[in-house]
Amino acid sequence: MIRDNPVQYVGVDRIDEPLIYLSGVRDVGYDETVQVADQQGSYRPGTVLEVGRNRAVVQVLGGTTGLSTSQTRVRFEGAPFSVRVTEDMLGRAFDGLGRPIDGGPSPIGGEERAVSGVPINPAARAYPTDFIHTGVSIIDGSNSLIRGQKLPIFSGNGLPHQQLTAQIVRQATIAEAESFAVVLAGMGIKNDEADYFRHSFEDAGALGKVALFLSPADAPSVERILTPQVALTLAEYLAFERDMHVLVLLTDMTNYCDALREISSARDEIPARKGYPGHLYSDLAAIYERAGRIKGAEGSITQIPILTMPSDDISHPVPDLTGYITEGQIVSERGLFLKGIYPPIDALGSLSRLMKDGVGKGFTRDDHIAVSNQLYAAYSRVEDVRGLASVIGEDELSPADRQFLEFGDAFERQYLAQGENENRTIEQTLDTAWKVISILPRSELVRLNDQMLDQHYSRQEQD
Amino acid sequence: MNEIDRQEGAVIRVNGPIIHAEGMGHVGAFEVVKVGADGLIGEVLKLAGDVATIQVYEYTGGLKPGDVVKATGSALAVTLAPGLLGNIFDGLQRPLRVLAERDDAFLQVGAQAEPLDPDRLWRFEPTVKPGEELHEGQPFAVVKESPIIDHRLMAPPGMSGTVSEIKPAGEYTISQTLCALDTPQGKRQLTMVQRWPVRRPRPKAGRKTSNEVLVTGQRVIDTLFPVSKGGVACLPGDFGTGKTVLQQQLAKWSDADIIVYVGCGERGNEMADVLRTFPELEDPRTGRALMERTILVANTSNMPVAAREVSIYTGITLAEYYRDMGYAVALMADSTSRWAEALREASSRLEEMPAEQGYPAYLSARLAQFYERAGLVRTLGGAEGSLSVIGAVSPPGGDFSEPVTQHTMRFTRCLWALERSLAHARHYPAVSWTDSYSQYLSDVAPWWESHDPDWLSQRGEIVDLLSEERNLQEIVKLVGPDVLPDAQRLTLLVADLFKTGFLQQDATDPVDTFCVPGKQVKLLRAFVMFYRRASAIIQRGAPISRVREMDVTQRLRRAKMLEEKELDNLLAELEARMDKLEQQYT
Repeated sequence: MIRDNPVQYVGVDRIDEPLIYLSGVRDVGYDETVQVADQQGSYRPGTVLEVGRNRAVVQVLGGTTGLSTSQTRVRFEGAPFSVRVTEDMLGRAFDGLGRPIDGGPSPIGGEERAVSGVPINPAARAYPTDFIHTGVSIIDGSNSLIRGQKLPIFSGNGLPHQQLTAQIVRQATIAEAESFAVVLAGMGIKNDEADYFRHSFEDAGALGKVALFLSPADAPSVERILTPQVALTLAEYLAFERDMHVLVLLTDMTNYCDALREISSARDEIPARKGYPGHLYSDLAAIYERAGRIKGAEGSITQIPILTMPSDDISHPVPDLTGYITEGQIVSERGLFLKGIYPPIDALGSLSRLMKDGVGKGFTRDDHIAVSNQLYAAYSRVEDVRGLASVIGEDELSPADRQFLEFGDAFERQYLAQGENENRTIEQTLDTAWKVISILPRSELVRLNDQMLDQHYSRQEQD
Repeated sequence: MNEIDRQEGAVIRVNGPIIHAEGMGHVGAFEVVKVGADGLIGEVLKLAGDVATIQVYEYTGGLKPGDVVKATGSALAVTLAPGLLGNIFDGLQRPLRVLAERDDAFLQVGAQAEPLDPDRLWRFEPTVKPGEELHEGQPFAVVKESPIIDHRLMAPPGMSGTVSEIKPAGEYTISQTLCALDTPQGKRQLTMVQRWPVRRPRPKAGRKTSNEVLVTGQRVIDTLFPVSKGGVACLPGDFGTGKTVLQQQLAKWSDADIIVYVGCGERGNEMADVLRTFPELEDPRTGRALMERTILVANTSNMPVAAREVSIYTGITLAEYYRDMGYAVALMADSTSRWAEALREASSRLEEMPAEQGYPAYLSARLAQFYERAGLVRTLGGAEGSLSVIGAVSPPGGDFSEPVTQHTMRFTRCLWALERSLAHARHYPAVSWTDSYSQYLSDVAPWWESHDPDWLSQRGEIVDLLSEERNLQEIVKLVGPDVLPDAQRLTLLVADLFKTGFLQQDATDPVDTFCVPGKQVKLLRAFVMFYRRASAIIQRGAPISRVREMDVTQRLRRAKMLEEKELDNLLAELEARMDKLEQQYT
């Protein structure tokens, strides 16, 4: 694919971070890779965004700092941006473009793959149905993670999404078979955050199964445009060539989208909402849809994208478009966090779309879906009762409403809340669910059938 | 098709899926071209002098100025012939199963394959004889496409004449000549195949008003907001409100003969789910697998965005073709917002002046043209066929005032608005009973009244009850329910019963997933009767607790799980219990 004699040009027309504009170039293909050298001769990669007759627009992935119009040298590689992927990359750390940053050598062997990937044929997908144990009640019990799913965590500034993510990874990998791997793509990730993840994996003894792709917060923002794609290219190789169950963490997708917005605005594109480009949905889909299973293949890619909602606003374009593509969402809530509840997950706003086919009879326990639905229905009434109590005072509530208040507190303190290192079995989770739901009178539990109620409902503590 | 020796043009600019090519003075607008060495399929959008603006339906990486552009002489068209049913195509009608078997699990750029199996033999039964007149749209033969669907081979639109030859009954492939016609324009030969350009609606003899309900088996829809066969409905909902589950429920249980399901810019796993479950599910009316009446068009969100724009047209053209055979066809498009976004993306790259939120000014015209392809029609061949369209809309941030939702509501007569708070409480389907509406109500009321003569008035009572309950809830939020008079607390109680016992429907439950019309009218009757009787008793001084405590009250809540005939017993018992209670307060 590489041209024998890559052509090199000296001098560019215009530099407009992160873009450079060239003229007098020939035989340049759309989306091909370029190498851009500054006066000192150090190269940084870029890709072609647009080609016209004798001209090209290039985004420079290392940023344009230090480039000059007369001295910049540009070499067109004649092939799309690609990385070498091998199993040996597990246990290693790379920058946002896949270059080693741990002092180790560049990967050898394996395969050279274009990072843009190729869409999975929907007719070749295998529908995900395998429950992943995470040991976190609000996930296992109410928003189950399924192997091959893409389930994002919507967070806010200062909320403990890292702890939750690390806990999921630790506890899920313990339960997984040995052929698992974790690929982490950190876009605009803070150094202490990266360290936190690294230590957390180390503590779990899993560091050798983890590949890190880090585009730190202080790197040029344009670098992170390709970071998710680079990470997913490795994940696809491990899952579909090496039969591994790969868990991909993408953090923080808001930083990725902001980088896209930066380029879009530099190109004078017509923005859709909040200055984000109209093609943001397609760009995000190209990342999130690289999760799943394939018929006849052993491995799988499960994605947990993490994003911060600016001002905790779930209707902001980044969480909004993400929610439309992913198979559910785990939503963090500041109110619970301020109450000291960990994990502070907004149960009503969270959802796992694939749960219905991966839990219940034959997977976890017969009563799983019904009790989960009943918890949701009851907890949604708690919101109303709390609203009422704040107006008329708790003392004026009817006895039935007071039971709902009691249930709401128990739900949050016993079922939702758990320790950062507490690994609950699915039995423990469902039994806790029954324990808190049993605070309510049996007649209120209309989502549960008599057989389940006879078996699990226990109200002895109240009377 | 392409007799003239056409010149080739050359690429001069590549900007994502939009390219410009020169030397294109000979091509027509909306003609299909093949671009580059891989022959990527593109469509001419604009012409200026000899420069064409072309939308390419595949990944354009590696294309460069000077690459060759070849005209094909035809517009973007689909192949219409036996073998469509049970199949899954991408937006350009490439057969995805064939590609998955031939290539691998990943879609290769420039992959090409015949949409329909050219070698498969079909059982052909002629229905005309030599010497007979055959008018456009009339069938000349029948092919058993599936055990339940007769595929009627028709004279294509615009072609009428005298049958000069017809092949005897037998097994033939789709491309064999089967019938010859003497037409005023000369001799024409017919095979099983028709081609039709996707952007042009297939012609019909006329439109009719439809009085028949498209039974979806979903109570909140059929009873509260029914759509007629040939009607159009808009289904907007924020993410996580259950749009896709509801669309799939409609695709599963609607009493149409043919279902076309267009997955437009949505999730790959959803298509995998349909492909996994539909072959196993049984159509309650025919006892055959649902897949046998279903065609899937899948252009998932990560497949090329330009082809997503076409997928809607590909789907509706396939649907019109079966409508022309005289079938009731229903098309589900999930989601039209992704189609509109594809339009926006192309428009932005064409540097057009945007109207609202970056969408092009022609968004509303395109939506109108699409939805107007629905309807109950008299076909060219004289049959009656219908095409119902249900378009899901994904409003950003759940804001229904955004352009796609607003324009769609202008051109559809039925709105099933999904409400986030209902979905949060796991009330499914989360169809809002205050924001939704159906303008087909008066058209289809006689149909329902043939099931139950009191249907319209009973439905009206329930709608009033639900709206009164919403007003009362405003008060309850401020002062609590206990201060309300018993008559109003009864309203709250019955509304609550109706929500759980009628409006909520469990898509995963084998009994509840589908509810026949006969059962719907009996359930409705039960709730209305309960409300009327209980109101009368409370007026006579009975406290609300007496009504609440009756065990039939709880049984009403679970009555939806009963068989249709068991409901008669429940109704009788309900009457008896009410009589008894009433006697205590006379």
